[in-house]
Amino acid sequence: MANLKSEFLGISSPNPFWLASAPPTDKAYNVNRAFEAGWGGVVWKTLGEDPHVVNVSGPRYSALHSNERRVIGFNNIELITDRPLQTNLDELRQIKKDWPDRAVIASVMFPMNAESWAKYMPMIEDTGVDGFELNFGCPHGMSERGMGAAVGQVPEYIQMTTEWAKAAASIPVIVKLTPNIANILLPAKAAMDGGADAVSLINTINSIMRVDYDSLTMYPTTDGMGTHGGYCGEAVKPIALNMVAEIARTQETAKLPISGIGGITDWRDAVDFLALGSSNVQVCTAAMVYGFKIIDDLTDGLSNFLDEKEITLQQLIGKAVPSVTDWQHLNLNHIEKAVIDQDLCIQCGRCHIVCEDTSHQAITNMVDGARRFEVIDEECVGCNLCVSVCPIDNCISMEQLTTGTDPRTGAAITEQKLQWTAHPNNPMRNSE
Amino acid sequence: MAENDRIQTRRLSKAEVDKNFTDLHPPLPRSEALIEADRCYFCYDAPCTTACPTGIDIPSFIQKIRSDNIRGSAHTILSENIMGGMCARVCPTEILCEEACVRNTHEEKPVEIGLLQRYATDPIFEDNMQLFERAESSGKKIAVVGGGPAGLSCAHRLAVLGHEVVIFNRDKKAAGLNEYGIAAYKTIDDFAQTEVDYILSIGGIEMRNDAPLDAASGLAALSEEFDAVFLGIGLALSNQLGIEGEDLDGVENAIEYIAQLRQADDKSQLPVGRNVVVIGGGMTAIDVAVQSKRLGAEQVHMVYRRGPEKMSASAFEQALAKTSDVSLHHHASPERIVGDRHVTGIEFSGGLTLDADVVFKAIGQNMDGSGFDSLQTESGRFVVDDNQRTSMTNVWAGGDCVVGGEDLTVSAVQHGKIAAIDIDRQLRKA
Repeated sequence: MANLKSEFLGISSPNPFWLASAPPTDKAYNVNRAFEAGWGGVVWKTLGEDPHVVNVSGPRYSALHSNERRVIGFNNIELITDRPLQTNLDELRQIKKDWPDRAVIASVMFPMNAESWAKYMPMIEDTGVDGFELNFGCPHGMSERGMGAAVGQVPEYIQMTTEWAKAAASIPVIVKLTPNIANILLPAKAAMDGGADAVSLINTINSIMRVDYDSLTMYPTTDGMGTHGGYCGEAVKPIALNMVAEIARTQETAKLPISGIGGITDWRDAVDFLALGSSNVQVCTAAMVYGFKIIDDLTDGLSNFLDEKEITLQQLIGKAVPSVTDWQHLNLNHIEKAVIDQDLCIQCGRCHIVCEDTSHQAITNMVDGARRFEVIDEECVGCNLCVSVCPIDNCISMEQLTTGTDPRTGAAITEQKLQWTAHPNNPMRNSE
Repeated sequence: MAENDRIQTRRLSKAEVDKNFTDLHPPLPRSEALIEADRCYFCYDAPCTTACPTGIDIPSFIQKIRSDNIRGSAHTILSENIMGGMCARVCPTEILCEEACVRNTHEEKPVEIGLLQRYATDPIFEDNMQLFERAESSGKKIAVVGGGPAGLSCAHRLAVLGHEVVIFNRDKKAAGLNEYGIAAYKTIDDFAQTEVDYILSIGGIEMRNDAPLDAASGLAALSEEFDAVFLGIGLALSNQLGIEGEDLDGVENAIEYIAQLRQADDKSQLPVGRNVVVIGGGMTAIDVAVQSKRLGAEQVHMVYRRGPEKMSASAFEQALAKTSDVSLHHHASPERIVGDRHVTGIEFSGGLTLDADVVFKAIGQNMDGSGFDSLQTESGRFVVDDNQRTSMTNVWAGGDCVVGGEDLTVSAVQHGKIAAIDIDRQLRKA
């Protein structure tokens, strides 16, 4: 079994799976259950100043379901902790004492003045927690009060607040970023400039789930009115992965450690985040959908994967980052064609109709009078649409042309790479 | 069937019989329907649609189930097959749409198309939701002879297209074999009549029940009075064995017993033999055998003269017979029915002899062609072209009574639909 022991900012945990700051880490009862189940660490539900906030006593959550009611996306309007600060501090102290090998991070959110941060941070650090996570991401409720995403959307505020937090803390400070911005690099740099030891991302995305088809109001509502919530779960993973990779592959931010968050449900999702530059990962929605037991698959799945690949956890981190680049650097001389394995084909014809209706008319529906789906190399641009829609695993694959000419363009296949930067059609091309 | 010491009513209590005649395939609840609908791949030029005699756009109706567009789903079904409700219950889907499902290729479990079709159509009948609108009146009047699936399908489409229709139905109730044939557990709760009511609710169709055609002047008179005539007269006569002892008491036509069973208010009051022998290998043979068993017959044997692969009953139906404790015998032809006044046994080729209190003949039906001498027939059925036209101008025919009739509700519906479309075309041309 590969060793999953994780070190993040010098904070060690038996595995790289932390529960994100959210309802699952709201109180000692839940956190004890999580640690008993095997989670490596928790980021405690965000602490704020007293008097504590209050939550609605109506729907806080709603889900985007598949037809078999699998939860694909999830949305919430819950605020930060709605318990007195002292209650949380007492429980934190006890938890850290009871679980010394697990990572316990305190998520915090205070008003925008240095005094608040100077006042509360030491009180919390005194409980023995391993680090802080600054919640600059919560996109609902708290942001209306000038906190959460209201801070995270303004790089200057991020830097300033991070500085206050760092000044008041002697343990590592992680800045949690909101995805509700245009360019993730700006808040990431601001956090770095403010002295953050790491960033964690993504927090949830502004979202309205749907309308109620009977009342034609938004859904869900509290007494007939609703508000946008934060979107998370499997559906947001690709958005999160892009933001993680952007930070990891950009020279200025590349050294900034990342705690990856966003739709991690099974161990493969964790591999995605780790390989694209996260040093550990945080999970919330999957636990809220299935319970804490999912940690079994997360840990032994990842461990088995590392064994099969014969790499360490440390070697996996960032492994895929060099493969991420700008479009302009893709090799335009690389030619692929779809190939349909006729033995696996079940003749559903989906590849044909999507190619015919929406792409390049490159798949037959009939050959010699019989129902048969074959790629027409003269038309195929290698777009991967048929691979994406085929219901059968590995029935359609993309194969590279390495010799001869591309039957579509008549151009000779060459090993010479050609990027857009040097392409003759590019009016801005390098002209050396 | 006369009662005696071996043929008795109340072999089972009413409660037991009622339990034995509940829905063969109970309807899917929404949660299961959504999961099953999700299994549909939404194939291009879908093989299931090609396999459906009425050409229902199956992927489309299933997609509409997925989005809770039940009204749209039902419209997709019923606009190709107005008896989509009955077909969802009685179609041998395992040799039609579900056999063609591409899911069979890699997991040998097709999408449950029949059950989904029922899921989509049940609410329409329950709420009597009218999905069709009649075109402006054409002023034309069409006679439909026969109130079964072919006739009703033809009449409905003609009504939708703006014509007036009179249906001449020889039975007391409409729906033909849907009402008088077909096993009761396939169409519970008087569904055949619910469906007829729905079909007639479009308007413009006058249903004359108990109105057999006068053999002497019938067709000529109809041709005179109406702009067009559609014949969907089915196969009214049962084939006979032509062997010794066939006239003994207790030797019955299966189709007549099933009709009696379908019309019984209390099925436990039906006379049932202790030892029942069914001759035949089709759906009717299975239906009478399984129902006899469910009514309390002790021994039910089904004997077919050829092998299982030649049986017109599908593999599912054959399995149903076996799991219902019906003994199947193959490669045995009946040679002599034994008995004094009443049947006591039956002897087959190859030495098989069975005790029998009741012998059901289920070896097919043939057409009662009296009064239709002017029409060309082949093997006792009307010859029609691709548009269901007979040899006589302005006379169309469809269902079991035409050459190529398949003994399936769904095929009869298609014939009626095709004929109606052609009748409309011809009448508008004139």
